[in-house]
Amino acid sequence: MDELYRDQILEHYKRPHNSGVVENPDLEYEDTNPFCGDEQHVTIKLDAEDRVAEVAFEGKGCAISTAATSLLTDELTGMTREEVVRLPKEYVLELLGIDISATRMKCAMLGLKIVKSAALGQPAEWEDEGETGTPAEAATF
Amino acid sequence: MTFRRWFADRREVVFVRNATEALNLVARAWGDANVGAGDRILLTEMEHHSNLVPWQQLAERVGAKVEFAPIDDDGLLDMDALKVFLERGPKVLALAHVSNVLGTENPLAEISAMAHEAGAIVVADGAQGAPKMPVDVAALGVDFYAITGHKLYAPTGIGALWGKLDLLRAMPPFLGGGSMIRKVTREGTTYADVPARFEAGTPAIAQAVGMAAAIEWLDTTLGMEAVRGHEEAIADYTLARVAEVPGLKVFGPPRGAGRLGPVSFEIDGIHAHDVSEILDRHGVAVRAGHHCAQVLMERLGITATARASFGVYTTTTEIDRLVDGLEDARRVFGL
Repeated sequence: MDELYRDQILEHYKRPHNSGVVENPDLEYEDTNPFCGDEQHVTIKLDAEDRVAEVAFEGKGCAISTAATSLLTDELTGMTREEVVRLPKEYVLELLGIDISATRMKCAMLGLKIVKSAALGQPAEWEDEGETGTPAEAATF
Repeated sequence: MTFRRWFADRREVVFVRNATEALNLVARAWGDANVGAGDRILLTEMEHHSNLVPWQQLAERVGAKVEFAPIDDDGLLDMDALKVFLERGPKVLALAHVSNVLGTENPLAEISAMAHEAGAIVVADGAQGAPKMPVDVAALGVDFYAITGHKLYAPTGIGALWGKLDLLRAMPPFLGGGSMIRKVTREGTTYADVPARFEAGTPAIAQAVGMAAAIEWLDTTLGMEAVRGHEEAIADYTLARVAEVPGLKVFGPPRGAGRLGPVSFEIDGIHAHDVSEILDRHGVAVRAGHHCAQVLMERLGITATARASFGVYTTTTEIDRLVDGLEDARRVFGL
């Protein structure tokens, strides 16, 4: 089996979950990966307690970015906005369950960045996700 | 024409960091002095951001309007449409000599004549043209021609702008500082003649020496006619081979005389990033993405392509490996 393009990843790429647009969304955000032009648009409907009731995404992307957002959106229902905003990168990496190289990190994180921005109502602060480690750690390689 | 002749009149050659800086220099120094409110700036749909953003910035500064001459479905500049856009009287036509995505060579000599007839100067982005063919700026009739070292097998951080002497001399300085002055007093500064006027600060000396060695090698060891012959042959071979891959679509002119690289493509059902990831495993490096040509991507109705580009050392065996890799990509994606 292919280490990166596992069946689960390809399945989410070919038939992404939560595909489309939520009608009358409470939260909405769209962004692109400036390095490749890939784009995703996320819409979220909240319930009375401000938790995610429904989420959908659409866009153009590679297997990694599409599968990552498909897997991530599967997990969002029931989360509060606060919880969404606090989701760490590692959360998405664990969902993917594959090694993501530095060059593909932006693909893997596109959906998370957009979902967090939607929850915040403004662009999420985002350090350069091109490196998997800190600069100090990279220097010891 | 050799690079040696290209650089023959030192007054017409300004050393810069890269083609981007060369084009920004023209947009700033020539543009600010010659383009005003309501004027038109004509680009094409196939421009790299380096020959697009500086003109948009100029338009914002002075209140000018940027227009885009369209390409046809084969990725060639629509010459009839270009004529119509030129008749509207743009101050400048800025365009690529060779597209960094489509491999299209724009007929600069014909285009320059049309543009001059319409009263526009011609700024050519030669980043992709100069490495692939002999470039005779006089025969092409352009007013400015920008090149970058790293596409000419030279180091990064060095490039050059060729410009017509009378135009360069009429241009105000770009960056201020050392080397570009005649005399500085408390009251003001008078400026050096060209090209020093546009070369403020300590130059990239080591990189310039590297570029000299690289273009000497291109001129004398290889010869630019031979370089062009190789480029056409390898592009033709690539176009023939990738046509065997099911679901693969090439963006750019079809096989034929004059078709250069790169060869940009997409495969139905596999995103360009995934194509490049799998090709990497076969030792084949392609670029995936928008190639700094997002206006062109929009025109083509896509967000990204995979792009195989060629050097003077590229062999047909390597193209065969590319095709093997593409077949493997289809297998991995269950196609």
